[in-house]
Amino acid sequence: MGKKLLILNDKVPGIATLEVYRQHGGYASVEKVLKTMTPPEVLEEVKKSGLRGRGGAGFPTGMKWSFLARPEGVERYLVCNADESEPGTFKDRYLMEVIPHLLIEGMITSSYALGAKTSYIYIRGEYFYVARILEKALDEAYAAGLLGKNILGSDFSHDCYVQVGGGAYICGEETALLESLEGKRGNPRIKPPFPAIAGVWGCPTVVNNVETIAAVCPIVMMGGDEYAKIGIGRSTGTKLISASGHINKPGVYEIELGLPVEEFIYSEEYCGGIINGNKLKAVVAGGSSVPILPADLILKNDKGEPRLMSYESLSEGGFATGTMLGSGGFIVYDETASIVKNLYTFARFYHHESCGQCSPCREGTGWMEKILHRIIEGHGKPSDIDLLWDIQRKIEGNTICPLGDAAAWPVASAIRHFRSEFEEYIKHPEKIKDVKHYYSVHQLAGA
Amino acid sequence: MSQEIKFNEETLALVHKMIKRYPEGKHKSALLPILHIAQAEFGGWLSPETMDYVASVLNIKPIEVYEVASFYSMYNLKPVGKCLLEVCRTSSCWTRGAEDIVKHLEKKLGIKEGETTKDGMFTIKTVECLGSCGTAPLLQCGASYHENLTFEKVDNLLEEYRAAGKQRSYTDMDYKNTL
Repeated sequence: MGKKLLILNDKVPGIATLEVYRQHGGYASVEKVLKTMTPPEVLEEVKKSGLRGRGGAGFPTGMKWSFLARPEGVERYLVCNADESEPGTFKDRYLMEVIPHLLIEGMITSSYALGAKTSYIYIRGEYFYVARILEKALDEAYAAGLLGKNILGSDFSHDCYVQVGGGAYICGEETALLESLEGKRGNPRIKPPFPAIAGVWGCPTVVNNVETIAAVCPIVMMGGDEYAKIGIGRSTGTKLISASGHINKPGVYEIELGLPVEEFIYSEEYCGGIINGNKLKAVVAGGSSVPILPADLILKNDKGEPRLMSYESLSEGGFATGTMLGSGGFIVYDETASIVKNLYTFARFYHHESCGQCSPCREGTGWMEKILHRIIEGHGKPSDIDLLWDIQRKIEGNTICPLGDAAAWPVASAIRHFRSEFEEYIKHPEKIKDVKHYYSVHQLAGA
Repeated sequence: MSQEIKFNEETLALVHKMIKRYPEGKHKSALLPILHIAQAEFGGWLSPETMDYVASVLNIKPIEVYEVASFYSMYNLKPVGKCLLEVCRTSSCWTRGAEDIVKHLEKKLGIKEGETTKDGMFTIKTVECLGSCGTAPLLQCGASYHENLTFEKVDNLLEEYRAAGKQRSYTDMDYKNTL
């Protein structure tokens, strides 16, 4: 069994209630920081822990916190990014649904460290029922004196609110999220200024992912140094991985960073191997935005060493042979999967979700979708592959926010590693009909 | 069917409570949640009249409401059926048969994706990743996620919804105590 710090009590009946959560040590970090630590001391522990943002970018959390401006007389805010929308990612939903108090505990503890009197949990609108669960948990926390005025008799007061979004992937980008929180369209802002200087309503703001904020609780309890001993190298601690696709046991798994990818895919403790005993074809390791890798490169890096589930190991070899840990959205494709057709679903996604602010992304994502559509419909031209390559190159790095890069990378990596499949589709359009999935009509019909 | 576009007192009190969550003068922040409520209260979609009304409640310009309502995918700018069946179509769901689920729905209901049944009961819509990839394929109707779908589950669901015959909204689950 790997080390678990976040979802270790997820199977305990009633863990979503304050009573049971506290019976299992819940809110200890709030008590600890309020009674025995100063805010700078909490920040110091988070820095020492080496915790990195769990939403996808992997930026050191302690450093992000230390950038927060503290001008006299200006409110500071903590905003939790619960706009989980990266295809392949559903870990935050699981955490909030099953152990809502862990997030709230993290919000209070983190807000204390940051000196924030108010915090917001911005959750994607589709997770409405999860917002309801969080609201219930917040009510319980208020009633128990864990939120509101003078928490647990201390001089720290804090209010936390849930805000539901309206259904837009782009609001997972932190400045778009802040725009949305202000009741506007989710158009990303030009940085600088960074949210730490001018965030929501122009006030200094820290935006952190759900899992990042939850991880602050064990860090406070065990100390940053102890936390940093878990994991491998600069990938400290544990990570929630959302596993889906052609595997026997899809679900959310908490792993200690550094776990070999092969073990994650094939061990019974995690994905339980490929369905029907099929062969592994490819993996998207960190959500749709990260480069797709073929089986040989996801299991071993270009030097032939086992690939590990860590920020460093997954990105080894750069984009030529590597990928990224990203959000931990781990999608597995077996030998029956069509990489080109799958890519089409991604391209359609990014086109749909582009906010339209920057022309390379607004226009380019649409062109990529159209070209891929004609290829899978059997009307592809031999020049289409190079055309796709050209478009993605012109999007990457040329947009205000990373959505452009996120749209470009899946296309680039699919062509890089699976070019022959594109060629096959274009040369033999009649073969496209033969593409079948494991869950064909018969399986859906229960046959 | 004409319904007066006006929140009742209870809903209005809720709206004002929500506005208090934001600093003085930042009441526009409540726009997204209030649009969800308005959509649920006034027939499952946001007519120009509804949007104008929301603008007046928040004391902002109508254009500020239109631009937001047209940006986010959960706001319906055209009427939809009482049950808006939103089938996820992105990668993980696609690998597990989302396309076949859509085809099955189309066959069962005799309509195409994007259309509404004549009785105004069902609308089929395909949507992007709903964050339920581990339990694919799935569809969302109102606040409910229906996961690990099979044709049989879909059939049962349609029957259940038809029998209940009521409007489903994202705010289904007792939103008055929620937002």
